[in-house]
Amino acid sequence: MDQATVEQTNRSVLRPMGMSLSIEQLNAWYGRKQALFDINLTVPPLSVTALIGPSGCGKSTLVRCLNRLHETIPGARVEGRVIANGLDIYGRGIRPMNVRRHIGMVFQQPNPLPTRSIFENVAIGPRLNLGLRGSRLKELVERSLQQAALWEEVKDRLHSPAISLSGGQQQRLCIARALALEPEVLLMDEPCSALDPISTLQVEELITYLKRQYTIVVVTHNMQQAARIADRTAFFLQGHLVEEGETQQLFTHPRKKETEDYISGRFG
Amino acid sequence: MSQERVSLSKARQQWVGWQRMLRVQRPGDLFFRGITLLFVLIVLGLVAGTAWILISNSLPTIRRFGFSFLTNKAFDPVHDVYGVLPAIFGTLMTSAFALIFAVPLGLGASIFLVDFCPRPLRLILAFLIDLLAAIPSVIYGLWGFLVLAPWLHNAGEPWLQQHLGFLPLFTGQPEGVGYLGAGIVLTMMILPLIISVSREVMLVTPIAQREALLALGATRWEVIRHAVLPFARVGILGGVILALGRALGETMAVTMIIGNQANEPSLSLFTPGYTLASVIANQFGEATPGLFLSAIIEAGLILFIITLITNILARWLIASLQRQAQGSRGGRP
Repeated sequence: MDQATVEQTNRSVLRPMGMSLSIEQLNAWYGRKQALFDINLTVPPLSVTALIGPSGCGKSTLVRCLNRLHETIPGARVEGRVIANGLDIYGRGIRPMNVRRHIGMVFQQPNPLPTRSIFENVAIGPRLNLGLRGSRLKELVERSLQQAALWEEVKDRLHSPAISLSGGQQQRLCIARALALEPEVLLMDEPCSALDPISTLQVEELITYLKRQYTIVVVTHNMQQAARIADRTAFFLQGHLVEEGETQQLFTHPRKKETEDYISGRFG
Repeated sequence: MSQERVSLSKARQQWVGWQRMLRVQRPGDLFFRGITLLFVLIVLGLVAGTAWILISNSLPTIRRFGFSFLTNKAFDPVHDVYGVLPAIFGTLMTSAFALIFAVPLGLGASIFLVDFCPRPLRLILAFLIDLLAAIPSVIYGLWGFLVLAPWLHNAGEPWLQQHLGFLPLFTGQPEGVGYLGAGIVLTMMILPLIISVSREVMLVTPIAQREALLALGATRWEVIRHAVLPFARVGILGGVILALGRALGETMAVTMIIGNQANEPSLSLFTPGYTLASVIANQFGEATPGLFLSAIIEAGLILFIITLITNILARWLIASLQRQAQGSRGGRP
């Protein structure tokens, strides 16, 4: 069986009900400095989970632990378990690059590859991982760009350089790039913080649309954004998970005082 | 009435003062611009002066031989006949040899240093490589003459001839000294330069670019291939050009191992030869004013022109790479 066939078989097993993540006793360090303390959190499938909290609270570190990107920083270290579909992604013999191939990520700053075209930017994931080319690749690129709500804007200039796009378009291109690998989970690290209000709205609508097919974890500074898009919200403070629950409930009836102070704007 | 006039004239005075404040020329910028302009003019003057001295002093041979100076093989002070074809050939041949080997080796080494090497070892290796760049060329020359040439003569060249002798590159009499030895020494001399320049530019690849690839499940090599190298290629090319400049002009080490014979240009790497720089180094001790000295200076002029042309080509190449990187609309980094 070639790699693409293996992928397809796996997908039929993994896809229908979506993938859940459960984070168990997760600790993370940058060198000596501990950034996350005993995090326990469950991310339900086919939903949007928002991580909120003031700068430096560890929310970005946590999403970077979910696709094993944290450990690529020199000196950084993780302990604990992240169970995806019954399998610990920090378990023995698990290759980080295979994890990252199934758990996609979108970053704070749009980071398209500057020397590549729009098409190439979306095609690179499937090309590297599935060895796709020709018409199957073209279809996949088109579908991903459509899912990311960018197709109409770029279909006539697929071969212009990616950096000729505006910031908001670049971010949707990065989303399309992540979707082209058909990941089970999509991690988004403050995906709108570098965007203007209109682009932000487009990306938010996109997130709401995508949760029908993907499990989404989104880090955000913006509490209104969390309230708008997230099904569940988790509040972090100084590396600790303070409170977690249904978004509506967390914002209207927080259980902890710190949460209430933060969402009512008393600090952060 | 008069009071009104007074206040009007006061307002006018204030307005004039305000205007003066906005218009006043502050000396800092003017001074700084003047100084930097002066520096640029000095550099331009040096280049122009060098060209002028080279041209004016080689006029005797230019008048006497014209273009045949470029195509003539003999450099013969006894009969006062001069040509530098073998030296031009040798210069290009040895520099090309050095680039062909040093670029892939250097790139490989810097990729290892940046992406695969354990941290403590990386610092030590980088220090040692920078040290290599600081060794005086006469030491490389001595090593080439005393160690490399005898080994090539006895073992290296016969082995090549035996196994790869069907290639025109490895035909002829093994002599030890020659293009092969000079090429190897040049490779070693420009290698540290290429390694440290490419290492520096690869190190500053934005983390965001690396993570973009990592997040797609890329292997280490794929990250290098698709994020690091596209970002660093302009800088790497700059390093290669520096290295080429050094190889073209390298004098001492090459003179000590190239054999210094004005042989017919030949593809055989075993042939002893000349480079423009080694002609000058070899001959100017005995040079007598007149055609002989003029011929040596013209050799220098030709080296100057070759360096100029390669640098212009390289600039053009870099500019086109940068245009490509910035895309058709350009601008955004």
